Amino acid sequence: MKKNKLLGLISVLTLTVGILGGCGESKEANAADTTAASNISGELTASGSSALLPLAQMAAEEFMDSNPDCVITVNGGGSGEGLKQVAAGTVDIGNSDVFAEQKLDAATAADLVDHEVCVITMAPVVNKSLGIDNLTTEQLKGIFTGEITNWSEVGGPDLDILLVTRPSSSGTRAVFKSWALEGEEEASNAALETDDSGTLLQAVEQNKGAIGYVALSYLVNNDDVKSVAIDGVEPTLENTYNGSYKVWGYEHMYTKGEGSEIAKAFIDYMMSDTFAESIEAKGYGASSKLTDEAVKSHETK
Amino acid sequence: MRQSKSVVKDNKLGPLIVRIAGLLIIALTLSIGLFLVIRGMGTFVKFHHSITEFLFSSNWAPTDSATASGGNVGAAIYIAGSLLTCGLALLIVLPFSIGAAIFMTEISAKAGKKIFQPAIEIFVGIPSVVYGWIGLTVLVPFIRDVFHAKMGGYSVLAASIVLAVMIFPTITTVSVDAIRSVPDSYRRAAYGLASTRWQVIYKIVLPASKSGIMTGIILGLSRAFGEALAVAMVIGKTRAFPKDLLSPTNNLTAAIASDMGNTASGGEHNLALWSMALLLLIISVTCIFLIHLIGARAKKNERA
Repeated sequence: MKKNKLLGLISVLTLTVGILGGCGESKEANAADTTAASNISGELTASGSSALLPLAQMAAEEFMDSNPDCVITVNGGGSGEGLKQVAAGTVDIGNSDVFAEQKLDAATAADLVDHEVCVITMAPVVNKSLGIDNLTTEQLKGIFTGEITNWSEVGGPDLDILLVTRPSSSGTRAVFKSWALEGEEEASNAALETDDSGTLLQAVEQNKGAIGYVALSYLVNNDDVKSVAIDGVEPTLENTYNGSYKVWGYEHMYTKGEGSEIAKAFIDYMMSDTFAESIEAKGYGASSKLTDEAVKSHETK
Repeated sequence: MRQSKSVVKDNKLGPLIVRIAGLLIIALTLSIGLFLVIRGMGTFVKFHHSITEFLFSSNWAPTDSATASGGNVGAAIYIAGSLLTCGLALLIVLPFSIGAAIFMTEISAKAGKKIFQPAIEIFVGIPSVVYGWIGLTVLVPFIRDVFHAKMGGYSVLAASIVLAVMIFPTITTVSVDAIRSVPDSYRRAAYGLASTRWQVIYKIVLPASKSGIMTGIILGLSRAFGEALAVAMVIGKTRAFPKDLLSPTNNLTAAIASDMGNTASGGEHNLALWSMALLLLIISVTCIFLIHLIGARAKKNERA
């Protein structure tokens, strides 16, 4: 009797330990694969910025096509999450809209290596039927800080302005704030806030008086909303490259230290000339095409 | 001999597995609670904000950085948004829920079992994103066009209606069970005293099933408090107290969901979101406590 009881207990215990131990082992094996890979094979995980996600996923697919021994998984989760995970070593690459120093403490951020894989240009967008195609920086600031509340004040129809923005922790919002609004805080108490740019576009599309901002990547093949020029400069990739349009930011891929071989290879691929075409087709900008003037203008902040 | 051995094995192994599984679940629940408490207290312990500020101030400007602090964490707008939308949802749904429950049990029991019951079960199975999506594409434009809402139809009203639809099945099913469990002898006695059907429902059945219906209401409320996605899609997420039912506001769950991934872990903004999550846990624990209280009181009354 007693023996049986003991036997049962032991079998359950071995089962549990087996399951738990199994998980641990496979994780270790994965880690070994990625760090000790030769001839570019193994597994790579990346997570973070949702703005960079579609591009990183496309790059991962193309990279896996030419390197069939690699398995790359890219997840979203937000810039903060991506930075936290790469610093903790749970993913190989952390994608971020902002510099690591802004989200992590200095000591942790110092361990990370920044790769500015592409640039992302933001454009103010309005409803197609509004009939506004240019705003000055002063007008934009007035609109987003809630001082200007009617379109007639900036040469449009007599219609209330409906602000559609992103959460205060959003990377898109941070870029728009520092480069389009010259650092002025948006009026959160008078704006609709949307979790993602897709929802923002829908709100702008549905309301005649609405204004918001999205990355150019959301405007590729999208005729439902209209982008607005700032001080007469159209939000295009060409104007981003030549430095005349200022509202853009770098997209970062962070590795812990130099990163594994596969991580290096993947980031090299993302920054290569072959992939630059895909980057532009998706509405992002290639870092390599930025003129010195454009690079310099963004060094100040 | 052999046979008896295997019987013994069955009798020992099964309960052991069941016991381990049970204990694991309890440990999991407790550790989630403990984790929330530890994280949620950070706002008050690590950054020295007062609980009064958190609950009653509407000045929300937490610093999003791993080390710096000095922002404000007044979550009153979010708390008010949650309370308001849930309360309004309850007001909207109650007549429908109790009406449906009475219809399914007292008035047309056959149709209730064959048509209503399955229909309501389907209701429960619809994912919340679908409710939110329908709210966003149908309800929000409808409110904008019919009531000429200023902020494009994103409003307290839209959020409350979506929530009302979502908690309808919970309240209805629990109420149906409560009404069904009223003994038939009560009804027959009332009919014997020449009551009309309405009098039986109103004077006998509803009072007798009161505690069950209350349980349903609280269960529905706690679901409404925890719902994030569908509400976030239609509430507008404007950080201001709503001026009227047609203006947008924000609530606890939507604010947590939209900012959690982007904030610096352990920073002031991040921990303030954890405090909001802790508040949600406290609200739902209170709800569960209330349900037990009502249940205990009903049992006492039955015995007396």
